[in-house]
Amino acid sequence: MANLKSTFLGISSPNPFWLASAPPTDKAYNVNRAFEAGWGGAVWKTLGEDPPIVNVSGPRYGAIHSNERRVIGFNNIELITDRPLQTNLDEMRQIKKDWPDRALVASVMLPMNKDAWSKYLPLIEDTGIDGFELNFGCPHGMSERGMGAAVGQVPEYIQMAAEWAKQAASVPVIVKLTPNVTNILPPAKAALDGGADAVSLINTINSIMRVDYDSLTMYPTTDGMGTHGGYCGEAVKPIALNMVAEIARTKETRAIPISGIGGITNWRDAVDFLALGASNVQVCTAAMVYGFKIIDDLVDGLSNFLDDKQLKLAQLVGKAVPSVTDWQHLNLNYVEKAVIDQELCIKCGRCHVVCEDTSHQAITHTVNGERHFEVIDAECVGCNLCVSVCPVDSCISMVQLTKGTDPRTGEPISQDYANWTTHPNNPMRTTK
Amino acid sequence: MSHREQQPDIRSQRLQKDEIETNFGELHPPLSRSEALIAADRCYFCYDAPCTTACPTDIDIPGFIQKIRSDNLRGSARTILEENIFGGMCARVCPTEVLCEEACVRHTHEDKPVEIGLLQRYATDPIFDKQTQLFTRAAASGKKVAVVGGGPAGLSCAHRLAMLGHDVVVFNRDAKPGGLNEYGIAAYKTVDDFAQKEAEYILSIGGIELRNGEALGEDLTLDTLRDAYDAVFIGVGLGSTNELGLERESIPGVENAIEYIAELRQAADLCKLPVGRRVVVIGGGMTAIDIAVQSKRLGAERVDVVYRRGPEQMGASQYEQDLAKTSGVTIHHWAKPVEFKGDAHVTTVRFERTALDKNGRLTATAERFELTADTVFKAIGQTLDTDLLRDAIAGLETQHDRIVVDNTGKTSLPDVWAGGDCVAGGDDLTVTAVQHGKVAAMAIDRYLRED
Repeated sequence: MANLKSTFLGISSPNPFWLASAPPTDKAYNVNRAFEAGWGGAVWKTLGEDPPIVNVSGPRYGAIHSNERRVIGFNNIELITDRPLQTNLDEMRQIKKDWPDRALVASVMLPMNKDAWSKYLPLIEDTGIDGFELNFGCPHGMSERGMGAAVGQVPEYIQMAAEWAKQAASVPVIVKLTPNVTNILPPAKAALDGGADAVSLINTINSIMRVDYDSLTMYPTTDGMGTHGGYCGEAVKPIALNMVAEIARTKETRAIPISGIGGITNWRDAVDFLALGASNVQVCTAAMVYGFKIIDDLVDGLSNFLDDKQLKLAQLVGKAVPSVTDWQHLNLNYVEKAVIDQELCIKCGRCHVVCEDTSHQAITHTVNGERHFEVIDAECVGCNLCVSVCPVDSCISMVQLTKGTDPRTGEPISQDYANWTTHPNNPMRTTK
Repeated sequence: MSHREQQPDIRSQRLQKDEIETNFGELHPPLSRSEALIAADRCYFCYDAPCTTACPTDIDIPGFIQKIRSDNLRGSARTILEENIFGGMCARVCPTEVLCEEACVRHTHEDKPVEIGLLQRYATDPIFDKQTQLFTRAAASGKKVAVVGGGPAGLSCAHRLAMLGHDVVVFNRDAKPGGLNEYGIAAYKTVDDFAQKEAEYILSIGGIELRNGEALGEDLTLDTLRDAYDAVFIGVGLGSTNELGLERESIPGVENAIEYIAELRQAADLCKLPVGRRVVVIGGGMTAIDIAVQSKRLGAERVDVVYRRGPEQMGASQYEQDLAKTSGVTIHHWAKPVEFKGDAHVTTVRFERTALDKNGRLTATAERFELTADTVFKAIGQTLDTDLLRDAIAGLETQHDRIVVDNTGKTSLPDVWAGGDCVAGGDDLTVTAVQHGKVAAMAIDRYLRED
């Protein structure tokens, strides 16, 4: 079994799976259960100033389900901790004492004045925590009060608060970013410039789940009125992966370590984040949907994967980053065609109808009077739509044309790399 | 053989009331909402779907399943019922394992098709429970059509004609509408008086007058109907049963399966229905299986089905054959009856083993065996009532004692259509009869509007 021992900013944990700052880490009771189950670390539910905030006593969560009631997307309107600061500090101190090998990070959300940071951070650090995570991400409730995402959406504020935190703290400081921005790079750069030791992302995405089809009000509501929440769960993973990869591959930001968050449900999701540049990962929704036991598969699956690949955990981190580029650098001379394995084809016709209705009319439905689905190379642009919709695993594959002529364009297959930057159709082209 | 041995053991109340209730409870319970959503999710929404092609009534199956998925049950039911107004009964009795579900691509993928029949029932049950009218009638055409027969073919034809704006009179031989749905199908396939609920729904569109107890040949002739109506549809089913052609075939204890099934279906209390201790069924179709399984479930100790050919040639589907076996029925292949023994009542049936000769023809072998029986049920198929053929519908072209029709159901007479079991080339399925009725109604509509 591969060793999953992880060190992030010098904070060690037996595995790279931390529970994200959220309801699962609100109390010692929960965190004890999590550590007993095998979680490597926990980011305590966000602490704020006393007196604590008040949460609604109605629905705080909403979900998008599959027909089998599997939770695909999840939404919450819960605020930061609603317990007195001292209660949290006492419990954190005890947890760190009882679980010295686990990572314990304090998430904090404070108003934008330096005094608050210099007052509270030392108090919190005194519990023995391993680091701080600055919550600049929550998009609901707290952002109305000038905190959370309201900070995370303004790079100058991020930098300012990061600087205050670094001055007040002696343990590492992680800045948690909001995805509710058009470009994740300026916030990440601001965190780096403010001296933060790392960024974690993503926090949740502004969301309304649906309407109630009887009352025709938004759903869920508190006494008939609702407010947008933060969206998370499996559905947000691709959004998170893009933001992680952007930070990891961009010259100005790639130096900053990343803690990856966003829809991680099984070990494969963790591989995605690690390979695209995260050094560890944080999980919330999957635990809230299935309980802490999912850590078994996360740890076991990742370990077996690393064994199979003969990789160490640290070697996986960022492995896929070099494969992420801008569109303009894609090789326009590269040609693939879809190929349908007739042995595996069950003749559902999905590939045909989607290609016919929405793409390039490149798949037959009848050949010699028989129901038969076959790619017409002269029409196929290699778009991967048929592969995406085919219900049979590996039935349709994309195969590279390496020689001869592309029957669609009539152009000979070129072995040379050529991209848009030099393409004759590009009015902004540069010479080769 | 002593006189005492000849007393047949036929009696009621072989089982307790609760056992009967269990035995005649629903064969396939309906899907719950969560089961239906999961089952619906398995549909791949195929292009030019093979299941639809396999459905004799062309129901857009992926279309109705998609609507189940989105909780659009009324839309789903409409998709089903606009092609097959008997979609509720067909969901219960169609041999889906040889029709839509056999064609399902999931079969190829994982040997487990989408449960189309159960989903169809899930979508349509609420419509019949609440009698929600989904259909409207076109503007009145002023034309009047006689439909002879109140079974699936006749009522399907009547409903479509009514939708198209014509007035219809349905002449139904029986006391209740529904034909074999009411009198023929095994009780455990259609519980809670569903056949009547469905007939009521079909008639509720309006414009259809149902006259029960009026039969062609007895009260009506084709000629008088042709005189009084603008067009006629004949869906009389098959009134007579085939004969084995054996001596002593009419000996007490040798009965027609369909008559007993009709009695069973109409029985107010199944505990009171007499059944033999040892039952022998002759035949290999759905009716043979239905009578065998129902006899067993009424408490018959031993039920033997004897069929003259092999399992592949049986008219009953593999599923039905398996149902019989798991119900405790013994099926004997390659044997045919040659003699009924017994004085005042049948006691024994003597069989002759059969085989195929070099030319593939069925021949007798020298081997014989006997089965004791308190009751023998003949389930060897039905035929069009010969009296009808000779008199009431004389003038219609027939072939092998069935009415000859074209692909729209039109007979040799210009204003007469026919469909269901009474026409040549049918397959004796409810769903086929429904399609015949629907197609004929559309042809009749075109004919009436040409005038």
